[in-house]
Amino acid sequence: MNYNILIQLRQELALTVLIFLLLFIKLGKERSNESILNFINLILLINLGAGLCCHETGELFNGMFNTNALIVFEKNLLNLAALIISMQSYAWLKNSKNIIEFYLLTLTSLLGMFFMISSNNLLMFYLGLEMSTIPLAAAANFDLTKRKSSEAAMKLILSSAFSSGILLLGISFLYGTTGTLSFSILPAFLNGNPLQLFAFILLIAGFAFKISAVPFHLWTADVYEGSPVAVTSFLSVISKAAVLFTLVNILYKVFTPIANTWYLILILLAAATILIGNLFAIRQDNFKRFLAFSSIAQVGFILIGISGSSQAGSASLIYFVLIYIFSNLAAFGVVSVVSALTGKENISDFKGFYKTNPILSWILTIALFSLAGVPPTAGFFGKLFLMMAGASKGNYGIIIFAALNMVISFYYYLRVVKAIFMDENPNPIEKIAVPTVSKIAMYICVVGVIVTGLASVVYDYIYAISFGL
Amino acid sequence: MNLTLLILIPLVTAVLILLAKGLQQIRVIGLAGAVVQLGIAGWLLKSFLDQRAAGNNTTYLFESNTTWFKALNIHYHIGIDGIALAMILLTSIIVVAGILVSWSMEKLSKEYFFLLVLLSMGAYGFFISLDLFTLFFFLEVAVIPKFLLIGIWGSGDKTKSAMKLALMLMAGSALVMVGLFGIYYNTHTFDMVQITQQGIPAGVQKFFFPFAFLGFGVFAALFPFHTWVPDGHASAPTAASMFLAGISMKLGGYGCLRIAALMPDAAHNYSWIIITLATIAIIYGAFATMMQTDLKYINAYSSISHCGFVILGIGMLNKTSMNGAVIQMVSHGLMTALFFAAIGMIYSRTHTRMVAQLGGLLKAMPFISTVFVIAGLCSLGLPGFSGFVAEMTVFMGSWQNPESAYRFATILSGASIVVTAVYILRATGRAIMGPISDEHALLGDATWNEKLAAVLLIAGILVIGLAPFLINHLIMPSTDAIMTQMGKVMLSK
Repeated sequence: MNYNILIQLRQELALTVLIFLLLFIKLGKERSNESILNFINLILLINLGAGLCCHETGELFNGMFNTNALIVFEKNLLNLAALIISMQSYAWLKNSKNIIEFYLLTLTSLLGMFFMISSNNLLMFYLGLEMSTIPLAAAANFDLTKRKSSEAAMKLILSSAFSSGILLLGISFLYGTTGTLSFSILPAFLNGNPLQLFAFILLIAGFAFKISAVPFHLWTADVYEGSPVAVTSFLSVISKAAVLFTLVNILYKVFTPIANTWYLILILLAAATILIGNLFAIRQDNFKRFLAFSSIAQVGFILIGISGSSQAGSASLIYFVLIYIFSNLAAFGVVSVVSALTGKENISDFKGFYKTNPILSWILTIALFSLAGVPPTAGFFGKLFLMMAGASKGNYGIIIFAALNMVISFYYYLRVVKAIFMDENPNPIEKIAVPTVSKIAMYICVVGVIVTGLASVVYDYIYAISFGL
Repeated sequence: MNLTLLILIPLVTAVLILLAKGLQQIRVIGLAGAVVQLGIAGWLLKSFLDQRAAGNNTTYLFESNTTWFKALNIHYHIGIDGIALAMILLTSIIVVAGILVSWSMEKLSKEYFFLLVLLSMGAYGFFISLDLFTLFFFLEVAVIPKFLLIGIWGSGDKTKSAMKLALMLMAGSALVMVGLFGIYYNTHTFDMVQITQQGIPAGVQKFFFPFAFLGFGVFAALFPFHTWVPDGHASAPTAASMFLAGISMKLGGYGCLRIAALMPDAAHNYSWIIITLATIAIIYGAFATMMQTDLKYINAYSSISHCGFVILGIGMLNKTSMNGAVIQMVSHGLMTALFFAAIGMIYSRTHTRMVAQLGGLLKAMPFISTVFVIAGLCSLGLPGFSGFVAEMTVFMGSWQNPESAYRFATILSGASIVVTAVYILRATGRAIMGPISDEHALLGDATWNEKLAAVLLIAGILVIGLAPFLINHLIMPSTDAIMTQMGKVMLSK
């Protein structure tokens, strides 16, 4: 028997075992929510460890599935994010009756993403994508008593179905013109004829839906607002990251013959995404909507980095996603705890927050500064490296545009900081007792936000395992 | 001697402040950190001069170069020349004085001192950087503390001023960033020493110089990007005003100087624009000050005028004017910090900064009034104080530029000194002299910490004013080196 397959597939296998384990727990005797949650967090930690041990380059299933150091690292990032989200949702899940279902849905989705990232064939990619999307729609509907939650689920499933349809159409056109779906064979048959370009545009549109790039972003804010915070953070961090990883993979590996075409498309998408995301973020009062639009703007910056189409391009993307996991989850962590214990989710509720909750305030502030790209937080390095990768093509116009937009984004992040520290409020949110597990998760995020930037080894490692066009 | 100490000590101080309990512990730790920094700066000065005397003529001393981000060729490259050392000395003096005048800050004292120390760390890091990436990093590190200091501890319309300041400075650094990217992608390095050696293509300079220069110009209150200065300074708590005007605006001036040195062709091409803007800033600042009735606004607007001299000196592009620009930075830093300190002392006693509501303060608080008068006289350029030396040098440098348009700018700028005299003497006359109101007559004079802060700053002003050859001795070799390098580049074209 070939044991290699066990090593190459170990992250997927671990997750599958985990999912079955959860099913058995569900079937078994009744246990307290706390013990179940602690147990799950423990095995998620072990699951994360399983990915760290080693990496192997290779292909499985007739070249449908491939893995290498970079892909293992990307999966580790997602595992890490899943663990942090799970720890942060402790306060919210503690009182829920359906903990196991929540984990079943989210972890299945994660499994789908793993297959998507590892895919070396458009068919495998599509299967992974669908497997990751559908459970999430169910998870978005997790607050069964809230109408907004089911509205969010409906919007998510409809828009995903629509984008999947577009994607499938693109894939079938590609198959029609090239006769293959394999990533390794496709480039040889791509010659940039109009039908192929059309197929490519459909494909990119499908991707843009998933990463909520403008003009395909309209579902984002409503879904983020309606879903429970844990699902929102899952959507905005993990599912976006997985699709971005795959996007880079496909652009840099498959569509190399039409690199000039997609470079232009990416730049246009990036410019629109940054600007619209920023302009809408300014007007939001609901924290989740605010983070939704700010994350749209962040995707715009990521697209600039990807457009650099060099080794630095993909390295800066992965580096930024790592930082984004820490900073966005730190912000979501605070919002999640506050929302679970007080039900308040508006920025205006956070006025005078510093007086009652100084530590949470600092965590939120550091996270927001990192999202805004202010040193010494890691966000500064992340954004700068994305722009440096983008500038390497000599297109300074987009860099100037992005730099000006950084100032706009700075405004709305500062608005929140202002509310926390400076605005007077007779009834601030009362002192919040954060569960220890969530506290640990937040501290991990804060340490991550500070260390990932200053410690250059992280970037250098990512750069070493990345690849360019 | 490792220059990294200059960053590490504020860092350690900041951490200790977070761990400390009670105002007493916090302020003692803060002061101790600042004094150690002052000591290091003094020691640096001594060994710098010793090495120079021993014939070590390398441009940058105490250099150390470690790779930071290998893949992107980003280095942690530090080192100082005379100009940077002068800035470090200035910073260390102002930090000590700033912490002394905030001695009885009771509102959220831990956060307050933490942010002050963080701000100073940004400034130190900025001045020792020889790599443009770390330079930019520290430039931005210093922005957030300013926002929080003004927004939380400020007075008046503080949140609006804080927001305005933070956004304008961020916009400035965004411009700087674009400029630095332009340099990076055409030289493949951020290292200032290497860039100077290999030079930047003239076309690239022409395109990216405005970004970088104007970006730093925002920090240096260059017209028309000066609008954050009055509100920011007026709303800020005393120590923050001192840091803002004394240190933070110097980041801009220093940055402009370095950018001009890195891109000599563009600096020559654009020098007429720089000079025009600087002249407008000088005159506009002076006249705008005349209209002010609030002491803090008076000093803030006059800072625009005074910082205009820095940019004017840089824009004239000769040895003497460059020297003048550097001396003006140091002199203005000390003088304006002293001014803000005095205003803060007056305000904390009388609870007003309106000139019309003050009067005869000399009778109630002789020490503070004397400090105020000294700061004022220095500001209007009385011989014997640093302001005279600095402005005189700038004018002498500017006059060396034979073109009549430049001479005209010099004359206009010189004329602004008369306006300066008007507003300074008027404010001093009304607030310090004359009859005193009954409620103010009983107020006490400066406490020991305030006296110490003032004496420190005045000592600096007098040293430059009475013995200008000392600072010239320190910075002249460095400005000479910059100008020679720039001249070489121009001749080879």
